[in-house]
Amino acid sequence: MGSNRSMSSISREDVAHLARLARLAVTDEELDRFAGQLDQVLSAVARVGEAAVADVPPMSHAVPLTNVTRPDEVTPCLSRDAVLAGAPAAEDGRFRVPRILGEEE
Amino acid sequence: MTTTTGDRLVEFDDVVARYEPVIGLETHVELGTASKMFCGCPTTFGAEPNTQTCPVCLGMPGSLPVANAAAIEATIRIGLALGCRIASWCRFARKNYFYPDIPKGFQTSQYDEPLCTAGHLDVEVDGETYRVEIERVHLEEDTGKNLHVGGATGRIHGADHSLVDFNRAGIPLVEIVTRPVPGVGARAPEVARAYVAELRDIVQALGVSDVRMEQGSLRCDVNTSLAPVGSLEWGTRTETKNVNSLRSVERAVRFEMRRQAAVLDDGGRVLQETRHFHEETGSTSPGRSKEEATDYRYFPEPDLVPIAPDAEWVEKLRVDLPELPAARRARLQQEWGLPATEMTWLVNAGALGLVEETVAAGASPAEARKWWLGELARRANDAGVDLTGLAVTPAQVAELTRLVAEGTINDKLARQALDGVLAGEGGPAQVVEARGLAVMGESDELVAAVDAAIAGAPDVVAKVQAGKVQALGALVGAVMKTTRGKADAATVKRMLEERIVVS
Repeated sequence: MGSNRSMSSISREDVAHLARLARLAVTDEELDRFAGQLDQVLSAVARVGEAAVADVPPMSHAVPLTNVTRPDEVTPCLSRDAVLAGAPAAEDGRFRVPRILGEEE
Repeated sequence: MTTTTGDRLVEFDDVVARYEPVIGLETHVELGTASKMFCGCPTTFGAEPNTQTCPVCLGMPGSLPVANAAAIEATIRIGLALGCRIASWCRFARKNYFYPDIPKGFQTSQYDEPLCTAGHLDVEVDGETYRVEIERVHLEEDTGKNLHVGGATGRIHGADHSLVDFNRAGIPLVEIVTRPVPGVGARAPEVARAYVAELRDIVQALGVSDVRMEQGSLRCDVNTSLAPVGSLEWGTRTETKNVNSLRSVERAVRFEMRRQAAVLDDGGRVLQETRHFHEETGSTSPGRSKEEATDYRYFPEPDLVPIAPDAEWVEKLRVDLPELPAARRARLQQEWGLPATEMTWLVNAGALGLVEETVAAGASPAEARKWWLGELARRANDAGVDLTGLAVTPAQVAELTRLVAEGTINDKLARQALDGVLAGEGGPAQVVEARGLAVMGESDELVAAVDAAIAGAPDVVAKVQAGKVQALGALVGAVMKTTRGKADAATVKRMLEERIVVS
């Protein structure tokens, strides 16, 4: 993949789709710009593929640690007032959010 | 027939005559750990809203999760009980989507590396065993709870805003996913129900969750598809979300089969969609559109290091598994010498554990069964409660059977003693004492009653003396009536015989 990237493989539609998933408002002009930039980023990262060999598993963590856990013990919580203080709106001890549109009937 | 949602439905028998269903189930079990999955907040059900949260489960910037060791162990034990392979190495993943009940903008879940894979669960329906293959068992976190304000029923429809409680957000949740289950035909609704019931009993036996469907600690999504009989391909499936009782699981499958058959009969196409189940009508209606829903952009959770269960530890967990429901049923059936059908009745009546405890408290299996499936089942039914909801313990039932066996009371008096126990008057012996229920011995009172019966019916006495021994029954009945059932019928019969034959 890495060597054959003369054409943009990230389309405007890809960017629009990702922006929608991420709830980002992106202008038409930005769609073009980001498509190009993202493509460059991906090309750069894709160079890793040239070095990797088949028997090296992809890694997701920089430290060679496993099984970092905590015992099942209760620790103190935040007070509700503190929790709701940061909310734009609250009601009946709960976070108040706009009506959820278009997701369910 | 049509429903409130306007769906035409085909009669169930017609559906299975022409179509072959395939079902699949995704079950979520909320674990009963003391603390949440990635933080130390408590998990108490029913606490005041938003009093069990912290920066981690609220998704505050800079907070970092640490996995709960007990939740990992519980998930592995569920996997082992289902005969799964336990991964030697796996990771958590971020499932990205926006919804108000998910404060981080992603749910920490597992994706292509679940903790447990490739298991199975055998379930029995009408004496027939169906194997349900388990695809995966993975560990994730629960979401917060939305309350939709302004709508009539808490549903989103008509709501003008929503209120969110994050107490539940971050509670460890185990998702158990079956492979598609074909070949169950008309039994599909019952197999679905039996699977969830068996899974619930297993999780309960493991002691890792209270699995209370009415509190949402066990929740089900039910997939259903239909294809014409003989078709090589499966049909398009629908996913009915949040089906939250055993009865509803059965009804949801049945409804979807009948609805989809009507769509296919009309030459239509079943849409792959999420549907909601309506408890009141037993029907389903279309829900969230699936259009973009599959684009969760999963990636490995960078804030949590991989889980690598030690093989020896897993082996120890396997060895330490408790007796599972199926093994327990088989053992008890053998110990009690029961035919399979009777065992099924016991299980379906929810009486297995009660009978087991009653036997353990000293009753014979036959007597214990007789009481729980007879008198007590009737009373529970009248009171509209489960057997476990009756105010009588297995030990008290055992005591009742002992009093009968010893001849202190007969069955009729035992039922009166039970009245007293259920009314909170104490244990059976106490009630027998307080209400004066003990069977009469050969007391003066009983002798008088017997003599009176003989004196009052010379014609019957003559018949008996002439050899019509059955006629004695009328005299026994008369004595029982005078003594209001407190006499022992066998004793009365013997006393009558002595007197009539001698005179």
